[in-house]
Amino acid sequence: MPIREDVLVVGGGLAAATAALAARETGKSVRLVAHKKSTLRQASGLIDVLGYVDGDGPRANPYGAVADLPEDHPYGLVGEAGIREGLRIFDDAVGDAYAGGHTDANALVPTYGGTVKPTARYPESVAPGLASIDEDTLFVGFEGTTDFSAPVVAEHVVAAGVPFAARGVTVPFPKTFRDDARATRFAKALDEDEAADDGGGVRRALADAVAEHLTDEERVGFPAMLGDDRDAEVREELADRLGVSVFEVPTGPPSLLGLKLEDRLFAALDEAGVRLSTGNPAVGYEADGDRIEAVYVDRKGKNVPYHAEQFVLATGGLVGKGIGSDRERVTEPVFDCHVPHSEDRYEWSESEAFGGHAFARFGVVPDEELRPTAASGEPEFSNLRAAGGVVGGADVAREKSASGVSLATGAVAGGRAGEEA
Amino acid sequence: MSDAENPSNPTPDEQTDFEPVQVFDDETEMDLRPGADNCYKCTSCDTSCPVAEVDDDFPGPKFQGPEQWRLKRKGDEDIDDSIMSCSNCMRCDNACPSSVPLSQMHNTARGEYVDEQMDKLSREYIRNRILSNYRIMAEIGSKVPRLTNFALNNSVVQKVNEKVLGITSERDFPEFAQQTFREWWHERGGARVSSEEKKIAYFHGCYSNYNTPEVAKALVRVFEVFGYEIAVPRQRCSGTPMFANGMLDDAERAAEVNVSEFSDLIDEGYDVIASCTSCSMSLRQEYPELFEFHGTAEVSAHTYEAMEYLRIHEDLEAEIENASVEEQSFAYHAPCHARNQGLEHQAVELFRELDGVNIEDVGDSCSGISGTYGWKDEKYDTSMKIGEEMFDHMEHAEGNVGMTECPTCSMQMEHGTGYDIKHPLQLLEEALV
Repeated sequence: MPIREDVLVVGGGLAAATAALAARETGKSVRLVAHKKSTLRQASGLIDVLGYVDGDGPRANPYGAVADLPEDHPYGLVGEAGIREGLRIFDDAVGDAYAGGHTDANALVPTYGGTVKPTARYPESVAPGLASIDEDTLFVGFEGTTDFSAPVVAEHVVAAGVPFAARGVTVPFPKTFRDDARATRFAKALDEDEAADDGGGVRRALADAVAEHLTDEERVGFPAMLGDDRDAEVREELADRLGVSVFEVPTGPPSLLGLKLEDRLFAALDEAGVRLSTGNPAVGYEADGDRIEAVYVDRKGKNVPYHAEQFVLATGGLVGKGIGSDRERVTEPVFDCHVPHSEDRYEWSESEAFGGHAFARFGVVPDEELRPTAASGEPEFSNLRAAGGVVGGADVAREKSASGVSLATGAVAGGRAGEEA
Repeated sequence: MSDAENPSNPTPDEQTDFEPVQVFDDETEMDLRPGADNCYKCTSCDTSCPVAEVDDDFPGPKFQGPEQWRLKRKGDEDIDDSIMSCSNCMRCDNACPSSVPLSQMHNTARGEYVDEQMDKLSREYIRNRILSNYRIMAEIGSKVPRLTNFALNNSVVQKVNEKVLGITSERDFPEFAQQTFREWWHERGGARVSSEEKKIAYFHGCYSNYNTPEVAKALVRVFEVFGYEIAVPRQRCSGTPMFANGMLDDAERAAEVNVSEFSDLIDEGYDVIASCTSCSMSLRQEYPELFEFHGTAEVSAHTYEAMEYLRIHEDLEAEIENASVEEQSFAYHAPCHARNQGLEHQAVELFRELDGVNIEDVGDSCSGISGTYGWKDEKYDTSMKIGEEMFDHMEHAEGNVGMTECPTCSMQMEHGTGYDIKHPLQLLEEALV
């Protein structure tokens, strides 16, 4: 008898984790099959639900903004209840590592590009830096970290109209690394309070270097590399030495905040008893009529069947490779579900780089049960649901809704799959 | 990104007379590694590299792979000697969101470095050649196991090894068994079960033959319980230590024997089973990436790790749920090469359901020994630094017996903690036989 579960979730990101946790809550046996390391490590670690509608925002209340979205948006199917359910599962999984659950309103978080981003949940280390807190701010960058320029961040944050003054300075990190050192290297040096170039600990040396620049600012923001395993301790020590609050600014990939979120979610999956099979891609399926019997996982040239009663497809969108495309057509590669798109590929995009591109909304078309439908509108399979980026209809980059769509559709698709299994 | 402004004059220059440029001198000699340009420099590979994590001078897998290939495209650039500091754990493969074949590039680059840039009379070359051809040493040593065990772990010999060959004296050589697995197998008269449908060809590799035949015997007994006919064909080293040392010619000779022996059995309906995850990794992934013998693809597609095979083909879960063993606790470490095959959760997942067993995963750090890597005098400290996290987790785990599928990981676990180490097949044997 081969590998068999009640519910099989295909994918390894936020939507897949949420779907697996939701399905597990129904008491059924659940397995998650993921290919590469999760795209969470490329993401900021912020949980955005809805910040803009058709380029208009930032919206203060994501729930209020849902009504203004186009009809075929996945939020229309799962409703406010679905969004709240997704956030509940998320909050349970991450515990007090994240803040933002106390309010329905969006928080405004300064990012490493200097934008102020509306988001629903944010790591606890980011919380003291919120743009809504009226405290003058010093942004500190390190020489050699090319993707974080503190003066540029400060300038852009001020230009965004925040209610406080901000300045940016760049200091040498007190321990010299190779020129292209990774964020994880800085984090590790702080974690272990390694010896700085002057012989003392790097935490103290860093605080001293920053203190020289600090005038009457009330808080200091660093790129998110202030420690990994002992991050809270690092921030606390820096704050103590500087006498102001210290926060982290989410960075680009590989993002430590994203890595930590990935770790937390996988720990939550493990604790919940979700089984994990990672490292090999799902490539196809076996069906009996409109019922999927098994998903094939390609184990370096050989297809291994993973059987289940119910399936959730959460393989991501174009970036996560859950949606594929070539010059001719747009596809969903695992189940070959219908993905509507214009035959003329010049209509897939707009000339404006940040315009409302058609490709951004590519994905499977879910019915009210989140089952992908064929061109006819009928479900492709009776026991397959979809969640996250593979679901079409949302322009998550423009709306700042990627995490919310993953959480909400994951919660609903996973929950229903569990109930029916 | 969203704060970037649109250019004031967005109209692009009109280009109506576009002529494609010939980039390569000769289309037939296009030297662009497959996949090199899929790398978009996200550095996910670097963040998951255990060597880069502890060695600030190591430029990491992104440089060793796609960047080095781009540099080389113009011609006479040498391979950077840092390629010899890669431990071939292959974690970068798994981390890359863009499926760049990083470890394949590293293996190829290392082979080229050793062939063209390394002095064949140097101490390093000779030492690496000896380490990667462990099987030859083992074959001779195992003829007189007691004497070899005594000699190798004699401190004078160890000092000589370190001074002359650069093999660290910090480590104890693994003991040779009094009887090899193959000797045992012949003595018992080979297979005791015959079957038309259920047939496996066992790739035991060197270590379970010469050093831990109890693991190989456990495999035989467990598979026979499930009714499998077992063949143990002639075989050589899987090649893993040779890839890691850039000895691609040695690896190719060994692989040719293995592919020919095992593909013949596949034609007769056998699947290939390995008890070492580096061996199964090698047959599955590295052979088709590096060699083109007849039958390579078939061997790759038909090779499985032992427990993986049982999970796919038998109801192992039900068997385990109905079994019980004496109370015992394990600190389990998943080898890097098990991770790359998607096997890192299976032992914990399965044995959690076994009555009497408490098993705990000690986290995702690399053990640091990486086969021959941790045996090298100049790499020993790096190897132990990488392993520190695992030792720490093992000591905090409830169990004081370690468990892993990889023979060199088990050496490192034992070396760092003093714990006894078991192979999952041994526990499976205890539960089911």
